[in-house]
Amino acid sequence: MAPALINANPVVHEKKERTAKLQANYNDSSPDVIDELEIFDHVRDITDPEHPYSLEQLNVVTEDSIFVDDSKSYVKITFTPTVQHCSMATIIGLSLRLKLLRCLPPRFKVDIFLAPGSHSTEAAINKQLNDKERVAAAFENPNLVDLVEKCLVSTEE
Amino acid sequence: MEGVTATGEAPPARSPSPGVSLRLVQELEGHEDRAWGVAWRPCGGSSVLASCSGDKTVRIWEHASGSSPASATWACKAVLDSSHTRTVRQISWSPNGDMLASASFDATIGMWEYVGGDFSFIASFEGHENEVKSVAWNSAGTLMASCSRDKSVWIWEVLPGHEFECVSVLNGHTQDVKMLVWHPSLDILVSTSYDNTIKVWTEDGDGDDWHCAQTLGPPGRGHTSTVWSASFNATGDCLVTSSDDLTLIVWDTSADLTNSGSDDSAKWKHLTTISGYHDRTIFSVNWSRLNGFIASGAGDDCIRIFVESESQESAQEGSQSYELVHKHEKAHTADVNCVQWHPKDPRLLASAGDDGVVKIWELVGELPPALSATS
Repeated sequence: MAPALINANPVVHEKKERTAKLQANYNDSSPDVIDELEIFDHVRDITDPEHPYSLEQLNVVTEDSIFVDDSKSYVKITFTPTVQHCSMATIIGLSLRLKLLRCLPPRFKVDIFLAPGSHSTEAAINKQLNDKERVAAAFENPNLVDLVEKCLVSTEE
Repeated sequence: MEGVTATGEAPPARSPSPGVSLRLVQELEGHEDRAWGVAWRPCGGSSVLASCSGDKTVRIWEHASGSSPASATWACKAVLDSSHTRTVRQISWSPNGDMLASASFDATIGMWEYVGGDFSFIASFEGHENEVKSVAWNSAGTLMASCSRDKSVWIWEVLPGHEFECVSVLNGHTQDVKMLVWHPSLDILVSTSYDNTIKVWTEDGDGDDWHCAQTLGPPGRGHTSTVWSASFNATGDCLVTSSDDLTLIVWDTSADLTNSGSDDSAKWKHLTTISGYHDRTIFSVNWSRLNGFIASGAGDDCIRIFVESESQESAQEGSQSYELVHKHEKAHTADVNCVQWHPKDPRLLASAGDDGVVKIWELVGELPPALSATS
């Protein structure tokens, strides 16, 4: 029997129209400057761990929930799980982290947080997602990596 | 220079009194993943440095015989790659330099013997339920301690014939235990944790009765996030700890905890919080036993050096204060995970970073007088 879904009926939003920004970026004078939209383009298609929808469709991440300061090589993503007790919040956070680890130049520092008030164990999950030793250990766990990789397949076309 | 207080901002930038800086001696490349730790071999004629990494290996580095360790003649002499199946998080030499212990995410402790310049694998020790994060030897080399994400601290007795027997499993931390450090002369063990506290473990009498003598942190004064690292000064009357809360704390550890009871005078105390200097998690702090310099390595890619300042103001308050004497920006191109002063040469520092590189540094400039010998 399939396990019960944590959020059986998520609200699905429309995907925003893709701008040509990414493409345009390659042609402008400072191709190395990374902005919010570029980060959003990297993570918007990550699949939710329990639904066939993207993080963008479920409003888990939006362009507004991303902060970038390229001059300081800093990225902060705030994400909002679809339900307050979502046990998949850690997987979503790890998916965001792994995706950015693969896309961003290594100079970047990335902080990932749950949106304030969006989760019943917000502080504990925030601490875990930003403890790089815990994250490193998680990425050595094949079962966990499997789950995370499944979420990232949709972003790698 | 005025003191740095727990609540105050860092003092405005002034020219630091002892003019010191770090000169890069050499970059040691070879690790194929982030370098987590470095450890100088504590004794022996030539300098030997061990490093460990997310690439599951330990590397041994030596400088060319006859040359100064402050010259760029370091080379990798050995790669110990057969003992662990996951990240090697930390390494620790026995005090006589004959053995090297490694803590790994594979839940084991690896033990290597170093004889005649060669390493031979002795054994791996199991027992922890998951990631082992730190190992440390007491000053006499008779005890070893290990800690893990399983929240426990184990004390191992070193027996003849490379036997290690677990004599105590210490529970008390409510989360992962990040790092262990022993007092420089007494059998007092300090553990730092993801639960934001530091615990001090002592033993009553006959060797097997270990217990937590004190917890440093909430509800008292202490760190407000994960405590990543700790280091004693030369005499062991002060301890410095580093945290995700972006501060270093110096503790007065002169009280004799074995003489316990509820008497407050027999407790370790918060002395000074060094705040306002670090921009991201401080993963490592190391107190030089030779000249009193405190080095820190942080997630902002910087290595910083602090020294106790002799301000009259702080003397009047009866408290100590510390001043930043050097900040080395971009010491690594990513997080600095570990900084370690050389045990014999006060000018040498080693560091390990997320860029996978191990670096040897020389402290240049006007050094404070060497501390009087403590042996």
